[in-house]
Order: sequence, then structure tokens, then C-alpha cells
Amino acid sequence: MHLPAERNESLTKKNFPPTHFAYLKESVLSPRLSISGFATTARLLFTACIVILSTLVPALAEQPEPSPKPDIYRLTDIFQPQSRPAELIMEPTYLVLLICFGIFAVVVAVLVYVLIKFRPRGPQDHLEEPPQVYGSYNIEMAWTVIPCLIVFVLVLVSSRSIVEIQDQPMPEDAIKIRLIGHQWWWEVQYPDLGITTANEIHVPVSSKNGPPRPTHLFLESADVIHSFWVPQLAGKTDLVPNRLNHTWVEPYKTGVFVGNCAEYCGTQHANMLLRVIVQTPEDFEKWAVNQKQLPTEPQDALAIQGKKDFYALSCVNCHKIDASPAEGVFGPDLTKFAVRQTLGAGVALNTPENLHDWLLSPDSLKPGCYMPDMKLSPQQLSSLVAYLQTLK
Amino acid sequence: MNSATTENPADWKLPSARKFGILTLILAESALFTIFVVAYLFYMGKSLNGPYPSEVLEFPLLGTLALFSSSGTIFMAERCLLAGNKPGFSLWWGITTALGIYFLYFTGAEWHHLIFEKNLLISTNTFGTTFYSLVGLHAFHVIVGVLLLLGILISSLRGRLHSDHTEHVEAISYYWHFVDCIWIVVLTVVYFLSVRVQP
Amino acid sequence: MAQEIIIEENYRMPAPVHVGDEKGSLTRVIQQLVFTVDHKKLGLMYIAAGLLFFVIAGLLAGLIRMQLAFPNNHFLPPDVYNQSFTMHGTTMIFLVGMPMAFGFANYLVPLMIGARDMAFPRLNAFGFWVFFFSGLLLYFSYVGAPGLYAAGSAPDVGWFAYSPLTTKAFSRGHSTDYWTLSLLLGGIGSVATALNILVTVFCMRCPGMTLGRLPIFVWCMVVLSFLVILALPCLSACQIMISLDRYLGAKFFDTQAGGDAVLWQHFFWIFGHPEVYILIMPAFAITSEVIPVFSRKPIFGYPVMVAAVVAIAFISLGVWAHHMFCVGMVSLANAFFVTSTLLVSIPTGIKIFNWLATMYGGKLRFELPLIFCIAFLFQFLIAGLTGVMLAVAPFDWQLSDSYFVVAHFHYILIGGLLFTIFAGIYYWYPKAFGKLPNHKLGLWHFWLFAIGFHITFLPQHFLGFLGMPRRIYTYQSDRGWDEMNLLSTIGVAIQSAGILFFVYNLIYSYFWGKKSGDDPWDAWTLEWATTSPPPEYNFAKLPLVKSRRPLWDAKHPEDPDWKHE
Ligand code: HEA
Ligand code: HEA
Ligand code: HEC
Ligand code: CUA
Ligand SMILES: [Cu+2]
Repeated sequence: MHLPAERNESLTKKNFPPTHFAYLKESVLSPRLSISGFATTARLLFTACIVILSTLVPALAEQPEPSPKPDIYRLTDIFQPQSRPAELIMEPTYLVLLICFGIFAVVVAVLVYVLIKFRPRGPQDHLEEPPQVYGSYNIEMAWTVIPCLIVFVLVLVSSRSIVEIQDQPMPEDAIKIRLIGHQWWWEVQYPDLGITTANEIHVPVSSKNGPPRPTHLFLESADVIHSFWVPQLAGKTDLVPNRLNHTWVEPYKTGVFVGNCAEYCGTQHANMLLRVIVQTPEDFEKWAVNQKQLPTEPQDALAIQGKKDFYALSCVNCHKIDASPAEGVFGPDLTKFAVRQTLGAGVALNTPENLHDWLLSPDSLKPGCYMPDMKLSPQQLSSLVAYLQTLK
Repeated sequence: MNSATTENPADWKLPSARKFGILTLILAESALFTIFVVAYLFYMGKSLNGPYPSEVLEFPLLGTLALFSSSGTIFMAERCLLAGNKPGFSLWWGITTALGIYFLYFTGAEWHHLIFEKNLLISTNTFGTTFYSLVGLHAFHVIVGVLLLLGILISSLRGRLHSDHTEHVEAISYYWHFVDCIWIVVLTVVYFLSVRVQP
Repeated sequence: MAQEIIIEENYRMPAPVHVGDEKGSLTRVIQQLVFTVDHKKLGLMYIAAGLLFFVIAGLLAGLIRMQLAFPNNHFLPPDVYNQSFTMHGTTMIFLVGMPMAFGFANYLVPLMIGARDMAFPRLNAFGFWVFFFSGLLLYFSYVGAPGLYAAGSAPDVGWFAYSPLTTKAFSRGHSTDYWTLSLLLGGIGSVATALNILVTVFCMRCPGMTLGRLPIFVWCMVVLSFLVILALPCLSACQIMISLDRYLGAKFFDTQAGGDAVLWQHFFWIFGHPEVYILIMPAFAITSEVIPVFSRKPIFGYPVMVAAVVAIAFISLGVWAHHMFCVGMVSLANAFFVTSTLLVSIPTGIKIFNWLATMYGGKLRFELPLIFCIAFLFQFLIAGLTGVMLAVAPFDWQLSDSYFVVAHFHYILIGGLLFTIFAGIYYWYPKAFGKLPNHKLGLWHFWLFAIGFHITFLPQHFLGFLGMPRRIYTYQSDRGWDEMNLLSTIGVAIQSAGILFFVYNLIYSYFWGKKSGDDPWDAWTLEWATTSPPPEYNFAKLPLVKSRRPLWDAKHPEDPDWKHE
């Protein structure tokens, strides 16, 4: 089949079979075009929005309750990386954004040009068919080759950065963390330090100039797939049952960084938040030393009663407190519970009131979660809250 | 090439719909089998507990012979049909059917042995899972094939098979050859490869 | 004597038996619908069923957006939210996208290739009813699947249902079984229909309709059918495996017993990625018919356009793991899938440029179909470019499973697929019913839907940048997501208004629309050669085709196309 024959003699009205054309002239091609309808459309559109909105709002009338507003650093903007892997990601990111905006601008410009240049011009316009062009080898070649070059560049850049981030060798002395996903909370272990905690990762800060101090995370799952994502520190890596994944962070800034579980893992996927607390090496050291010590003994009578209650209730089947009869592993380790900023993987701040609500009915804060309603009496509630507060 | 003016509608020939359809179906079935074969290969040697393939699988010699020779007999049957030899057709077609049924019997016996003597169930380990699903999927196709064969055999024995049924017959024979080819793959993967992989 | 089947002027039919005009009681109409094997009726039934499911899934999307309008909202409980997005996604993909494609293919492919019906009319009816039943089965889960709390429970595992969330241990009750069985059934129906389309195209073309002269629409449908034939069985295999796991205790995805969770992802996406190109094929198909006709020029670079769809389909079989960049594959594999994914943009770019070139130098007629197709070009460009961003694996580590992905695929699925489906419906409405769709109502539909659509989904890109994960039923108000989520919800209201105009237009034009005549758009493909609506067997005499635009030849005997191709 031979390619581009351009046909220049345009076809005039006399060439059309007359029957055919008479019909077209009246019904379809009369110039009632989108442009003319637009002004009215736009005017009415606004009214329509208002009307529809006013019907929508009552459906949502239920007042949203105010979120807890803790005074901590909670941004999750991927364009404000504060750690090396997240920063390395920015390089291919800006490149691909630039390329894509460029392509977008060019193509849209051509589109707009075509729409304006070849728009219909008056009722006489349709009497002639435009020149019939079937294709052009050279032009088509051009718009095949240029994208090929772009793709080539993108492939090289992304491959390099994949290797750079994913295959980054970790120094021997990097802090190692075992992060285990559970429906719907995180278990955090420091195998070298002998620490187990939950929902909060403490890591030492690194510096751009000094020796790098990365933290190496080993990701596992106890049930379904979850995904580790702390946008300002590192991209996602999944926690897959029966498989060992790893990733790393190397933050430059102290503070609290929030992350989410990013793979749908069931009812409470939304409330599976993770907090990375970046500390100066000294603070980190202090924290680690404290974590390894046994929790402080309760002093006041209520807390002592709470300790007794805790051991007597079935809490011990699911929760662990070091050097105590509580040996459960189904729920988060509570040895240093009071040190943590939140409870229930970030659904609420760790305050006595919230803890009270949580123990009264975990479902009210985190519907569907796997901590049962323990049907506690008011006395048990207050004693348990008092006791749990002492676990520092 | 495009001198359309010289084209003559009388020369307009298109492939037979039935044959083209069965080939397309075979393509789809191949995709289905591919996934199960890949699953089998993937889990090969990964069972956490026994029984393992090398302990329980025996080479299915008789079944394989039956199935492979049935490809030959169905070919003979087709030739008879084309030559107008109806009794010959019924004979070869009947033999094909019988071989197919024998294969099914053989597989049934093998499964009985595995289930009741070797305690290998689909839920025992990943070997059981992938083995029964792959071999079972193939056996299911053999069952469908045997039913089709029986249908043609009955109408042929009752003298209802005419020359305008050649396309039916041909389509079924394509399908039967396909089932045979799949068996080659299953045989290689299950009875050659996996028995050699140590757990 | 062979020349007798040529019809000289145009291929006009004698007095038609109008489809849909049959007189009779309601039972008779229903009877005719249930027992029909006519490809045109089945095609319209596919589209009607698709629209029905679209409205249902759209209402679910409305629920989703209402829940997300405010932080800490208690409009929906988490389980209901999770069911809503699962049902929304599953319905939109399998009960809207696929049947729409099959509907158009059914109605148009035989007409366009000059055939009297599909190759296997009864198989065709089977395909439709299996699909329809699979849809009903999926929705029956709302009442039929006693869930954990003894209430009806729809599937809530997400539309790609990652294992091991689907195993018995983590998905009790029967909701997942409904999902599985419904997709298994739907897969069988789809394969049957795709097979039928392929056989029809390869074995039923009218004289002279060589493969090189097929309308691009038909080529796209051929490619679509091949993808269905190759990809849907993989989905069926997946569903069989889940069923074996759930019913017989098999260990395919039982991670406690050595099963592998990632295997499911590979198997699913080997199907799932070609599936999304299956969904975009009708968009390519419709655009490739609409743009030439309303630019009054033949498609620019026909052979390249065909080669491009074939290339897209071929490459799409090898890109699946770009949905799995975060799963922990080795870097070589990641780099490979980055490469293959980016390669797709080359043939796709060719298509966009060739459409532009088709309009270039033409005489545009801004009729409804063209307006929707222009919007498609714009939105598909954005969606494709966000796809390219996702394909750069390091960037995807940030964007994956965030609202950026949601924005990406809604820009394609709505901005691409849905807009062209609207274009297609407006374009072939006169063919099917003999009436012109109302232009004014159509413009209302267009502007409301387009504006609402951008208001809904443009902010979602930025939500993704701000770290909002997808599939979360609630969020706290201190993450900077509040305003954009509210905006996004407001957009849905505007979209809904647009849809109401669309539905009203369909009804209004059917009863009160202007008569269209047989060939209102002065088009060139064979379906416009018969009456509108076409008679029972489409063509009394088979046409003889000499070029890609047979009706151009008929209308311009002094300068027919075949001299130039
Ligand atoms: C119709 C459906 C459709 C189509 C056509 C596409 C097209 C593309 N998609 Fe999309 N995609 C989906 C539907 C679709 N997608 C869906 C539903 C999901 C989510 C599934 C889920 O998780 O639920 C998804 C998810 C998805 C991901 C995974 C994101 C994640 O979960 O982490 C990725 C990653 O690579 C991706 C990439 C692409 C690319 C590169 C294209 C390309 O084909 C785009 C090509 C087009 C262009 C590039 C524009 C035009 C080209 C030019 C103007 C030429 C010049 C350009 C260059 C040289 C760059 N898509
Ligand atoms: C063809 C595919 C398609 C289409 C057309 C749509 C259309 C829409 N989608 Fe959806 N969507 C998907 C495919 C599609 N979607 C998929 C595959 C997923 C992933 C699911 C998963 O994660 O498993 C998804 C997920 C998804 C999410 C993410 C949920 C989450 O991750 O938590 C959201 C959220 O905003 C959303 C919104 C919408 C909206 C507002 C529309 C709108 O365009 C709908 C507009 C239509 C209507 C509103 C109905 C018609 C209107 C009327 C009859 C008028 C009356 C109605 C009212 C007054 C409300 N969709
Ligand atoms: C059936 C097991 C089970 C029992 C019994 C149980 N819990 Fe829990 N508990 C859990 C689980 C699971 C979680 C994590 C819930 C989540 O975040 O989704 C949890 C979370 C908690 C938390 C919050 C921990 C954190 O760091 O966020 C506290 C405090 C707690 N439980 C206290 C108790 C007390 C006190 C009792 C006894 C009165 C008790 N639990 C009984 C399973 C249990
Ligand atoms: Cu864990 Cu989502
Ligand atoms: Cu994809």
C-alpha cells in the first residue's frame, strides 16, 4: 500500500451527489456550534452548581468532630524530602515532571492552534471538502523518533536512581530495625538493642556533611500485605507475609515524621499510622537506654490496683510487659506504653482521657479493630488507666 | 497490490468460521494453562512438608501412550471421513474415544492411589495444590473432549453423520490435538522436572 | 455474474424493519429482548446494561466522596466504605467498561465490515446474558452474603483483591466468594464475545473488505478481542485458584503454608494491565472514526495507526509489574518494567499526533461527537503523562497507592474512556434510533460533566503529592487535605448534573428528536450505507468494497479513494 499521496484539487459542490447534500445543509451543518452555546452554558452552569450544592450539603449535615491537633510536625509532602532516599527520588522526579510539562505544553499548543485555525467559517464553508491527505512518512517518522529519544533518557535516569536507592550498601554499624506489620498496627523491634515497641520508630539523625548514619529497616508482615510509607523520609516498600523486604532512611532533621500504611489491608487500613521520631544521637541513646529498663513500679494505690487488675484480666493474653506475667504477642508490646505519643496506631493522642475511651470501647475510636471490648467496670477502667500511665 | 478495480468478488475467500473459532478458543485455553503451569513451576521444590513429587509420582506410561496414540487414531478417522469411508470412520473414532476414556480411568486410578495411599491432598502442601489443579484442569479438558467425541460417535453409529459435518469433526480433532499437546507440557513439567527437584 | 452483488450508487436498503419499532405488549417486548440473537439488539442491551451499572457505581462513588468530603467524617462506617470502593471499582471495570466496549463492537463491527450478523449469534446472546448474570451475582452479595456481623456484606477486598487478604483467614463470610464467582463468570462471557468478534471479522467480511481496508474502529476491536482472549483467561485462572483456596483448602496464596502473596499480584496484573488497554481500545476506536468524519479528512497515516494499536497491545503484555514497584522486586526487574512501560508511550504518542494531523488542514464541524473527542485528546494527554510519571519507578515509590494514582486512572477511565463513549453514543445514536441527539442538551451535558470531572480529579493529583494514601475511609484534619477533598466532592455534584442531562437527552431525542435520515454526518463507513435504524439483516445485498472509505467512493465517483491508497 503506498503512502503519502496528497490530493490537492479540492472537491467542490458540483462533485457531490445532490440528494445527499440537500439534507446535510439543513439539519446538521447549520452553524450552531459549541462556541455560541458557551456563554449561556457558562452562565447557567454557575446557577446549577449552587443548586446542586445546596442539595448535597444537608446530606453531610452531621458535624465532623474536630481532629486531635497535636503540636508536632506532621507534613507528608513528598516535595519536601528530609532524608536521603526521599531526596534521591527527587532527581528523576524533577526530570520527568519537566519533560511531561514540556510535552503537555507543546501538544496542547498544537491542539489549540488546530482548533482555532480550522474552525468552521460560516455557512458556506461546508460546500467544499478540504484537501484529502492520507499521511506522510517523514512527519510520522519524526514523531516516532523524538519520543524514542525521550524514553531513552528517562530509562537511563530512572535505572540509575533505582540502583542508587534500592541497592545502597548499608554500613555495618547502621541501626537495624525489624518492622512487622499487623492488622492494623506496627510492631517495631531493634534486634541489636533488644528493644520492642509499637507504632513509633525512633532513629538518630544523620547529617549531610558528616559521616552518614542511615537506619536499615527490615520489613515483614504477620498477616496481610502492608506498606511502609513515610513520604518525607522514603518511598514505599511493602511488608509482605512470608517474605523479607528492606528499605532505609537517613533523615537530616530532627522531629516527628508521619507515615501511613499504604497498601489496603482491611477495615482499619486508614488508621494504621506510623510515626518516625528523629532524634539527636544523644537523645536517641537516652531513649534506647530507657526502653531497655523495666517500667517504673507504680506508686499510688490506684495504679497498684491497676497492675493487679491488668494481670488478672485477659489483657496478658495479648499484650506483653517485660518481666511480668503479661506475655501475649497478639497486640502491641506495652512495656513502655506511656512513652508513646499516640495509641491505636495514631487514631488518638496518648492522653488519659483517650486511653480511658480506648479501654472502654476500642471500637468507638477504631471501629473493627482487633482489640476487643473488655467490658471493664468503671473502677477497673480508672485503675488500668492509672497503671498504664506509669509504663515509662 | 491495491488495484481494486480488478478484484473479483467471486475470488473472495475467507477462513471457515468454525475452525477459526476453535483456534481462538485454543489460544484462550493456552493462556489459562500457562498460568497454572507457571504456578506449578514456581512452587516446584518449595513445599514446606511432604509428600514430595519424587516420593509419590510414578511415570504415567500407559495413560500417556493412550493419549498420544489417540492423536493418531483421530487423524485416521478424519482421513476415512474425507475418503467417504463411514465404517472406517466410526471404528477409528470409537478407538479414539476409548483411548480417551482409558486415559481418564488411568488418571482416576492415579489420584486414588495418591489420595488414599500416599495421603496427598490438594490441601496437603503447595505440591498437592499445584499438582491437582494442573493435572485436574487437563483432565477436565479431556472429559469435555471425550463428551464431544462421544457425541460424534453416537451420531456416526446411527448413520447421521454426513459430509457437511466434516467441519465439526475437524474442529473437534483440533481440540483433541490441543489437549494432547497440553499433556506433553504437563508431562514435562510434572513428571520429568519436578520429580528431579529435591525439596 | 459475480458483479451482481455490487450496488451502484450507495448501498441503500429497501423499506426497513425498524429495530425497536415492533408493536406489542410489554411481555412481548421482554420476550424479544430475552430471546433475541440479533447483534444490534444485543449491542444496545450491552450499552444499556453498562449505563445502568454506571449509574449504580457512580452513586457508590458519590457515597465515597461524601464520606471523604470532611476530615473525621462519620457518614459511612469503615466496612461500608471499603465495600463501596471495591464495588465501585469492580463494577466500573467489569460491568461498565467491558460491556460498553462489547456493546459498540457488537452493534458496529458487523455493519462496518458488511456482514449480516455476528459469526455465532447464539454464542453472542450467551455472552451477554452471562455478563449480565455475573453483574447481578456481584450485587446479590449485598443481601446474600451474611458477613461478619450477620448483615449483608459486599466484597471489601479492593478491585484487585490482593492475597492473602482474600484467604479464608482474613476474609470470613462469603463476600469474597461472590466477587470471585462473579468475575469467573464474567470472564467466560467476555472470552465468548471476544472470540465471536474475532471470528466475525476474520471470516465474515464482505467482498473487497481486506484487512488493510478495515475501519480503524474494527482494527481496535480486533486488538481488543485478542487482548481479551489472552488476558481474561489469566483472570479466570486467578479466580479458580482463589476458589480452590477458599473451598478446598488449597495453598496457592496461603502464606502460612509456604504460599506466596506476590504470586497473586503477578498473575492478577498479567491480566490487569492488558485489561486497562482493553478499556482504552473503544476510546481509540471511536476517536479514530469521529475525528476524520468531523474534520472531513481521512485518518492520517492509516497503516501507522493500525501498527500503533497492535504495538500498544503487544507491549502491554509485558509491563504488568509496574503496578508492583513497591513490592520489593530486584532492581533489574524494576528497571526492565520501567523500560517496557515507557515504551508504550511511543505508539500512544503516534496515535495522538496522527489524530491532530487528521484535524490539521481539515474543516472542523463542532458536533457533539467531535467535542467529546477533543476533550478526550486533552484529558488522555494528561492521563498518559501522569502515567509516565508513575512509570518512573523511584517517583512511583512515592506516588503508588496514593491519590495521584486515583487521579491518573480516573483521567484515563473517565477523561478517556467515558468521554469517548459519550462521543460514540452521540455519533451512532442516529444510526440506532433514526433521531439526532439534541445538540443543546448535549452541550449542557458536556460542559457540566467536563467541568465537574476536572474539579473532582485535578485536586487529587495534589492530594497524592501531599501524601494522601488511597482507600482510606477517613483522615485527620491536620494533614492539609481538607480543602481539596471538599472541592473534589463538589465536583461530583456537577458531574451528576451532567449525567442527568445526558440521560434526559437520550430519552428526549428518542421521542422528540429531529429525524436524522440515514447518513446525517455525511460519513464514509459501511454502517451508514443501510437505513437508520438498520434492517434485520443489515444489508439486503452485500456491498463490494474497494477502499477504506467505501461511501466516499460512492459519493465521489469522479475521484474515489482507491486511486490514492
Ligand atoms: C484505560 C486505562 C489505562 C491506560 C490507557 C493507562 C495508561 C498508562 N498507565 Fe495506567 N493505570 C490504569 C489505567 C490505565 N493506564 C489504572 C486503572 C491503574 C490503577 C490500577 C489500580 O491500582 O487500581 C493504573 C496504574 C498505573 C501505574 C501503577 C501505579 C501504581 O499503582 O503504583 C502505572 C505505573 O507505571 C501506570 C502507567 C501508565 C502508562 C505509562 C500508561 C501509558 O499507556 C500512557 C501513554 C500515553 C502518553 C505517554 C501520552 C501521549 C504520548 C505522547 C504525547 C508522546 C510523547 C510522550 C513521551 C515520550 C513520554 N498506570
Ligand atoms: C470506568 C471506570 C471508573 C469511573 C467512570 C469512575 C468514576 C468515578 N470515580 Fe472511581 N474508581 C475506579 C474506576 C472508575 N471510577 C476504580 C477502578 C477505582 C479503584 C477501586 C479500588 O481501589 O479498588 C476507583 C476508585 C475511586 C475512588 C478512590 C476510593 C479510594 O481509594 O478510597 C474515588 C474517590 O474519589 C472515586 C471517585 C469516582 C467518581 C467521583 C466518579 C464519577 O465520575 C462518577 C460520576 C457518576 C455519577 C455520580 C452517577 C450518575 C449520576 C446520576 C444518576 C445523578 C444522581 C447522582 C447523585 C446526586 C450523586 N473512584
Ligand atoms: C484479643 C486480644 C487483646 C486483648 C484481650 C487486649 N488487647 Fe489491647 N490491643 C490488642 C490489639 C490487637 C491492639 C492494637 C489495636 C490497633 O491498633 O489496631 C491493642 C491495643 C492496645 C493498646 C494501645 C497500644 C498502642 O500502643 O497503641 C492498649 C493501651 C491496650 N491494647 C490495652 C489493653 C488492656 C488494658 C487490655 C485488658 C483490659 C487489653 N488491651 C486487652 C489486642 C488485645
Ligand atoms: Cu496496613 Cu494498610
Ligand atoms: Cu498498568
